[in-house]
Amino acid sequence: MKRVIGVLGLALAIGLSGQADAQTLKTVRDRGSLVCGVSQGLPGFSNPDDKGNWTGLDVDFCRAIAAAIFNDPTKVKFTPLAAKDRFEPLRSGEIDVLSRNTTWTSSRDAVFNFVGVVYYDGQGFMVRKALKVNSALELNGASVCAQSGTTTELNLADYFRANNMKYEIVAFGTADETIKAYESGRCDAFTTDVSQLYSEKLKLSNANDHVILPEVISKEPLGPVVRQGDDQWFDVVKWVLFGMLNAEELGVSSKTIDEALKSKQPEIRRMLGLDGTHGEQLGLPRDWVVRIVRHVGNYGEIFERNVGTSSRLGISRGLNRLWTKGGIQYAPPIR
Amino acid sequence: MTSATFVRQQLIAPSNPPASSVGTPAWLRQKLFGSALNAAATVISALILAALIWPTVRFMFIDAVWDGSSRVDCLEETVKRPVGACWPFIAAKFAQFMYGFYPADQVWRVNLTYVVGLVLLVPLLIPRAPWKTLNAVLFFGVFPVAAFYLLVGGRFGLPHVETRQWGGLLVTLVITFAGIIGSVPLGILLALGRRSSLPLLRWFCVVFIEFWRGVPLITVLFFATYMLPFFLPESWKLDPLARVLIGVILFAGAYMSEVIRGGLQAIPRGQFEAARALGLGYWKMMAFVVLPQALKIVIPGMVNSFIALFKDTTLVLIVAIFDLLGQLRAAFADPNWATPVTVLTGFAFAGVIYFIISFVISRYALYVERRLSTGVAH
Repeated sequence: MKRVIGVLGLALAIGLSGQADAQTLKTVRDRGSLVCGVSQGLPGFSNPDDKGNWTGLDVDFCRAIAAAIFNDPTKVKFTPLAAKDRFEPLRSGEIDVLSRNTTWTSSRDAVFNFVGVVYYDGQGFMVRKALKVNSALELNGASVCAQSGTTTELNLADYFRANNMKYEIVAFGTADETIKAYESGRCDAFTTDVSQLYSEKLKLSNANDHVILPEVISKEPLGPVVRQGDDQWFDVVKWVLFGMLNAEELGVSSKTIDEALKSKQPEIRRMLGLDGTHGEQLGLPRDWVVRIVRHVGNYGEIFERNVGTSSRLGISRGLNRLWTKGGIQYAPPIR
Repeated sequence: MTSATFVRQQLIAPSNPPASSVGTPAWLRQKLFGSALNAAATVISALILAALIWPTVRFMFIDAVWDGSSRVDCLEETVKRPVGACWPFIAAKFAQFMYGFYPADQVWRVNLTYVVGLVLLVPLLIPRAPWKTLNAVLFFGVFPVAAFYLLVGGRFGLPHVETRQWGGLLVTLVITFAGIIGSVPLGILLALGRRSSLPLLRWFCVVFIEFWRGVPLITVLFFATYMLPFFLPESWKLDPLARVLIGVILFAGAYMSEVIRGGLQAIPRGQFEAARALGLGYWKMMAFVVLPQALKIVIPGMVNSFIALFKDTTLVLIVAIFDLLGQLRAAFADPNWATPVTVLTGFAFAGVIYFIISFVISRYALYVERRLSTGVAH
C-alpha cells in the first residue's frame, strides 16, 4: 500500500512540475491555436451570438492574443467555464489563459498571475426613476435587494455604515430571483456589480423606468489570469493588453491603422514595430500591435463594441476611460 | 277455451338501461360526482387544471411573439400588449440548441446520423419487423462506429470537427445513447459478477459497484475532466467528451447492475436448477434461461435509469460541455435577446423537448412490458 501511495505521489509530483515548467508560448505555437477559458455566458463579456460565434470583451481579449501570435484572430478555442470551476483548468494546463471576468484579489494573485485590468468593475445601485434619487447617498432608509452569500452584502453594509445611513437588506439565493424581487417592488434599490446592473436592466419589462446611480462602492478589477512560473507567457499576455491600451492612447484604431503605419511620430513608430525590436524582446512578433489593432481593434473600440454605449448594454466608460481622459486605464510605454 | 296461463314464446327485447346509467352523463355522475367528496375533488382539480392550463396556453400561443429579429421585437413597449413567449429567440438560436457550435456547413452529418439511427432503431422497436438479429447487430455494433466517424470526421474526406464544438441536443443524445449502450452490458456483467461464487470476482464487483454508486456524478465528471490530466502524461490526453462518456458509462453501469441484480434475485432457484439439469453450462444457462426472464422483470427499472440518465446529462455543463440546457443558458446571456420573457421562453422550449423524449421512452417501455408479460400475472 505504501508503495502504491509513493508511486501516486511521484506521478502527481511529476505531473505538477511538468505543468510548471511548460513553455506556454511554445505549446500554443506548436498547437496552432490558443485555448482560452471564458464564462459560460455573461452578457457583453462572453456569450455566443446568433451564429454561434463567441463575442464579448473577454472573448475579444483572447482574439487579440491569437491575432498577436498567429496574425489570425480566429485561431482561438474557447472553453466556457463556470465561476467555481474556473481555476482548475488553468492549473492543469487545459487552458492557456483565463479571460473570465475574474476579480483581481491578493489571495488569487498568490496562486496565479493577473496580467492587468481589462475592466474596472464595482458594485453599484439601480433604482426606479420615480424615486427621484440621483445619488447613492440619498438612499438613507431604503430597502435594498441583493444576492445572498456574495461580497455584495458585505460591501453594502460597509458603505451604509461609513455614510451613517440606515438600510434594510432583502437577500435572495440567485441573481434571477433578486432582479425579479426588485422588479415586483419588494425593495427600493437593486445592487450588484455595475456591469451586471446593465445586463439585468435589459431583463426588466420597463427598462427605461430605472436608472443606475453613478456611485461605485467597491473595487472589482477584472482581468485575465495566467499560471505562475512562466514569465514569458505572462509578459506576452500582459503586453497584448498594454498594446491595445497604448494604441487607443496614441489614436491608432482599426480604421486609422494604415495611415498610422506611415506616421513619423516616434511613439507610434515604436509601438507599431517600425522602429526597434520591442515585440521580439517580449517573445511577440515585431508588429504585434498592428496585428491586434487590425484584426480586433484598440481597447476603446473593443469596449464600445461589446459593452459600451454603441452596444445593447450601453455602459458608459467611467473608470475605464484612459488616464488622459479622466479614467484610470493606463499602460506602460513601449520603449 | 283459452288457457288461463300465459306462456311467452319469445324473449322480450331487452330494454335500454336507464338513461341515468349509460353514456357520458352517467360516466360523469358516477366517476366525477359520485359522492360529495368526489364532486369536491373534481371541482378542485378542474380549477387547478384551469389555473395551470389557461396561463400556459396564453403564454405559449396567444400572447406569444412569433416574428422578430432582436430583443426589441419582444418588448412590451414595442408590441403594446402583454408579451408571452418570445419565439424568435428560439428561432435565432435553434441551430445552437440542436447542434451547439457544430460548423453550419457540416450539420448535415449530424442529421444523417440521426436519420440512420432512426432507420435502424424504429424496426428494432416494432416487434413484427423482420431480421431482428441483423438489425440489432447493425444498431448496437455498426451504428456507434459509423456515427463516431460521421460526427468526428477526419477520415473519408470529412473535415475533423472537435468535440468541443458539439453541443445542444446532439451532446445530450450522444451521452444518453453511449450511456445506455455501454451501461447495459457492463451492468449485466457486474450483476453476474456480484452473484458469482468466485470470491475475488465477487469482491471486485462489489467494490466497483459500491464505489461508483457512492460517488456523485458531478464528482466523477469533474475528476475525469480536470483531475486526470494531473496524473496522466501529456501524450495520453483523452478527448474531453470521451472522458465524460467513460465516466457516465461506468457510473450508469454501476446503477444498472443493481437494477439487473434485482431481476436476477427474483428468478426462482428452480429455474437455475432446471437449466443445470438440462446440461446447460453457466453462460448458456444465463443467456437462454435466466437473463431473458430477469431482464423482462426489470424493464421498468431499466427505463427509469435511462430516463434519469437522459436528464442527468445536463450535469456535463460543469465540465464546460454544453448540452441542451447549457446552450440555453449561454443563449440567455446574449444581450441582443435579453428581455423579461427570454428565460421563461427558453425553459419552456427545453421542457417541451425533454418531456417529449422522456414520455416517448416511458410509453414504449410500458408497451414492451405489457407485450412481454402475456400469460404471467404479477
